[in-house]
Amino acid sequence: MEKENHFFIDSDKLSAKALEKKHRLENDPSCRKDPMEYFPDMEQITSDVRGRVMTAMHAYAPEQYTAIDVRRALDHERVTIEDFKALLSPAAKPFLEEMAERAQRETSRHFGNTVYLFTPLYIANYCENYCVYCGFNCYNDIQRLQLSHDEIAHEMKVIADSGMEEILILTGESKAKSSVEYIGDACKLARKYFKNVGLEVYPMNVADYKYLHECGADYVTVFQETYDLKKYETLHLLGHKRVWPYRFEAQERALMGGMRGVGFSALLGLSDFRRDALATALHVYYLQRKYPQAEFSLSCPRLRPIINNEKINPLDVGEHELCQILCAYRLFLPYVGITVSSRESATFRNGIAKICATKISAGVSTGIGDHEEKYTGKHEEKTGDEQFEICDTRSIRSMYGDMEGEGLQPVLNDYLYV
Amino acid sequence: MVKVNGELVEAAGKNVAAYLAEAGYDSRAVAVEYNEVILPKADYEKTVLADGDALEIVCFMGGGR
Amino acid sequence: MEEKKQQEDVLELGGHTFHSRFILGSGKYSLALIEAAVRDAGAEIVTCAVRRANTKEHENILDYIPKGVTLLPNTSGARTADEAVRIAHLARELGCGDFVKIEIMRDTKYLLPDNEATIRATETLAKEGFVVLPYMYPDLNAARDLVNAGAAAVMPLAAPIGSNKGLVTKEFIQILIDEIDLPIIIDAGIGSPAQACEAMQMGAAAIMANTALATAGDLPLMASAFKDAIAAGRKAYRAGLGRVLTRGAAASDPLTGFLRD
Repeated sequence: MEKENHFFIDSDKLSAKALEKKHRLENDPSCRKDPMEYFPDMEQITSDVRGRVMTAMHAYAPEQYTAIDVRRALDHERVTIEDFKALLSPAAKPFLEEMAERAQRETSRHFGNTVYLFTPLYIANYCENYCVYCGFNCYNDIQRLQLSHDEIAHEMKVIADSGMEEILILTGESKAKSSVEYIGDACKLARKYFKNVGLEVYPMNVADYKYLHECGADYVTVFQETYDLKKYETLHLLGHKRVWPYRFEAQERALMGGMRGVGFSALLGLSDFRRDALATALHVYYLQRKYPQAEFSLSCPRLRPIINNEKINPLDVGEHELCQILCAYRLFLPYVGITVSSRESATFRNGIAKICATKISAGVSTGIGDHEEKYTGKHEEKTGDEQFEICDTRSIRSMYGDMEGEGLQPVLNDYLYV
Repeated sequence: MVKVNGELVEAAGKNVAAYLAEAGYDSRAVAVEYNEVILPKADYEKTVLADGDALEIVCFMGGGR
Repeated sequence: MEEKKQQEDVLELGGHTFHSRFILGSGKYSLALIEAAVRDAGAEIVTCAVRRANTKEHENILDYIPKGVTLLPNTSGARTADEAVRIAHLARELGCGDFVKIEIMRDTKYLLPDNEATIRATETLAKEGFVVLPYMYPDLNAARDLVNAGAAAVMPLAAPIGSNKGLVTKEFIQILIDEIDLPIIIDAGIGSPAQACEAMQMGAAAIMANTALATAGDLPLMASAFKDAIAAGRKAYRAGLGRVLTRGAAASDPLTGFLRD
């Protein structure tokens, strides 16, 4: 197994000047912006959550835990932070089946026998950032597209006609191309077609979240990608996304703006996955204590190949490791939703839905404007390229049937927007 | 008449320090509310009681609920 | 985990540090017994009430409480937030520091605390610089409000005051211990050392007891028994309790059989 991914890909369509800037960003750290420095338009809030999470992450040494610590953690009725660290450690690997059994009990205690289905809708793939592992990055040579009001409505209708009641709206991270008003317009449209509307867009200020909540969105997901600042700095070389603390505080700003719930994740494979998993869960844990009325969910994306770079992979995060992380999440945070995306295979998703996942996507495209083609086979002329290659391509109908076949009850919507 | 701990007593014209001493309170062990405002110990001498005034004189005791 | 063992195990309240986790009440028994009770309990905090002074008795409780012991005046008798604030002000004027235990009861039959009024009084007094220890009914939302109001600890009742019935509210107290980032001090209803020990094993930060001692045959001896029980419960909590065996059904097919790499 390779130790590191090779992310840098040069397109022959870039000008000599653009290429020179790209190479300088890649090779000369001194020309990159300080990732701790906020842009002038970025709101700064007062919060101790980041300090607490990072202190715990820096103190965590996974290899120090032994089978005795894991045994003790599994014997506890309530899993403490210390227990959680043991469950994430390499020492827990032989206990995976027992962790899964206990995770299954916790999941059914809190969520019954259900699994929620939703679908993501990408409405634009313009991006101002250079995140070296992402298909939407501004130097990657892909077909860019932004859907118009009518095109969004058309896509939503196609998806709603398939029976879906919850939608997750995504954009590339470009405030210039996909303004808050543009996203708000999409939320208003989505309210007509769906019962629940989530957002996975660039981090924004409290007032923006408040506005989008008024437009109909009530769930905000932001992936921190990695909580390892040093690593983060080498992967997010340009753009607003480079500002690491502003991203960290996005969920808290969303809650301050009145959102009902927030989603979290590290992108597994970028850095030490055990430490990233610890930080992700503690991010939820401390925010939950501060905002006990909010709903929380965790995702668990692993690195996937992108257009123009087929070799990107999640390194040491195999399916066993992913399963271990998810079971540890479930035992430490039994009340939290866990989403498993189409980055994972149908077999994995069927299996994990029985253990600890509570939400899975179906009928997925990470491209732009191609739902009709994917859903009906009717060719669409204008489509935008995909963020990453998906693995599980099942439609909502086949997903619904498969989940029932696994003995689970598929649910399309579980609360009212208020 | 002055109301002291809910009872009317003849104390008009006296200052608080003099009243406490005459009535037999240990002024070091009590706190005094004068017309529902706490009266600092330093003001006991210069506060002269008048008809219609109210005093609450309290101390620590064993107990609570 | 290791660092917990190495650190000195102290109780912190509003920036003050205590080694004893036994808070002693002073009601329902003679002042003459207080000194022995405090000594044998190893108590560093003693509660007392604020009452109208009279001119007949000249015994001052402060004369019976050993030096170095923190006096924790309570607001018993208060029926509203305003009355509790007023009593706290008088207590501070009596000159024994800034600690106050808020007790507000609108009900004289069961003496159950009024959480909502307690939150308001806590907010007012915390802003004025008091170290506020509110007595409350163990409700998670109220406890969170008390945290936000500036309380230094939360004092849920285990059972009705004076009942000696023990941890009647156990499940709810456990929730407070798990969810609240302040010391949880169990107040009211603890009737025996065994009950005090169990509460400490659950992770309570301290125990407040009064009636259990006042109604015991030998008060100082019972104070000493509580002291040992509280210390034992604390040690057990810090050591981490062993497992309780549960009979779980084993899955016929492994749940993780689908994993590939």
